[in-house]
Amino acid sequence: MRRVRFELNGQTVEHEVVPRLLLSDFLRDVLGFTGTHVGCEQGACGACTILLNGEAVRSCLMFAVQVDGATIRTIEGVSPDGTSLHPIQQAFHENYGLQCGFCTPGFVMSTCALLAENPAPTESEIRSHLSGNLCRCAGYESIVQSVRQAAWELAGGNCAGKADGDDE
Amino acid sequence: MKPAAFEYHDPPTTAEACELLAQLGDEAKPLAGGQSLVPLMNMRLATPRHLIDLRNVAGLSDITISDTSVTMGSMTTQRQIELSPAIRKACPILTEATTHIAHFQIRQRGTIGGSIAHADPAAELPLITVLLDARIVARRADGTRSIPARGFFYSAFVTELDETEIVESIELPRLADGEGWAFEEFARRQGDFALVGVAATVTLTDGKYSGARLAVSGVASAPVLLPVAEHLVGERPSPALYRRVAAAVTAGLTPGGDIHATGEDRRDIAGHLTEVALAAATERALQLTDRPAGRR
Repeated sequence: MRRVRFELNGQTVEHEVVPRLLLSDFLRDVLGFTGTHVGCEQGACGACTILLNGEAVRSCLMFAVQVDGATIRTIEGVSPDGTSLHPIQQAFHENYGLQCGFCTPGFVMSTCALLAENPAPTESEIRSHLSGNLCRCAGYESIVQSVRQAAWELAGGNCAGKADGDDE
Repeated sequence: MKPAAFEYHDPPTTAEACELLAQLGDEAKPLAGGQSLVPLMNMRLATPRHLIDLRNVAGLSDITISDTSVTMGSMTTQRQIELSPAIRKACPILTEATTHIAHFQIRQRGTIGGSIAHADPAAELPLITVLLDARIVARRADGTRSIPARGFFYSAFVTELDETEIVESIELPRLADGEGWAFEEFARRQGDFALVGVAATVTLTDGKYSGARLAVSGVASAPVLLPVAEHLVGERPSPALYRRVAAAVTAGLTPGGDIHATGEDRRDIAGHLTEVALAAATERALQLTDRPAGRR
């Protein structure tokens, strides 16, 4: 067993972990943060994407012991106040950027990283950056549209619903 | 699935990491970014008894650029390489190749040393090290040695490294002034391992080729160098030449087939990408050498 201490969604967490415990399982099964979804456990699907020190990574390809000293944000930490939706979440909601929702936490976390680095991505940049997240039901059009709206809102557009291409 | 149980070590220095490897031998595996090893462990294709995580080892992710080379610590992440303006300037073919690796979330963790030591036959970074004949500095408890990349990759996942060594750094020679380059690959979906990748450099003097290098991945169990220089040197660039040389140098390749592509398809793709790469590298070389006199 190893003791790890890290920051999770703004709270300090200290816990004993066994080395073989994947970070994704630690978050879900031990800490109860079940918003991080586990699809493939081999890095292919992107559902388990979280922010590690601000950067999007696969939580199924890390061990819990490796987060000692790190800052982690999961989908539970995206909302500004714990109840209202973040503009990215709101945009996914308004643009039907999800159907079953299994992949959505991963898409939202990848979008957080994308927009932090590139606040005004082109459509091809959005598609390229989200190519590591798989969705099997919504299709990708509405997801790309969601990200475009989120980018626009975060840039100060602040006009919900006006995301169907008039901003070009 | 879940990985089998293992003991976890996170030494603070390469000396201690090497000491542990020497003690534990093939029971232990160094862990770099984990983007290949951890999936293999999750699938129980790898079940090391000890993992030696290099994440806390000081000084393994430094990038140093000199007049002649780019040196990267083995824990330099692919994302660090991709986003480094200094690398883009000194060795743009490396930047370009790196952007083709998987997805940005994977490149965030994946490292150059891990990619080299893992030695997937379709991987981008081994291909670049072979093309440029990088030096791979390996360290073990009793010292270091510098291994030429062209003698490093034996076969799929098999390298010159022995089980007590870790990759400490990779030194890539910079491209020469005026040297044109190209990196081309074909994958069925963005982020997949490429079916075939091609990396090339060419140099032109007075409108004729004076040097050329070309390496291909995905067509054998390790990256292969193809003898393009003997076909190109002394010739003037032309689309007909690219086609002829591409056909000649890829004709002897005998890639194996798998569920992703037949061997024949891979050879055809290698031929086509070679043609495209020669054209693109030549175009860059011409742009570089055609600059007005007095401007460098």
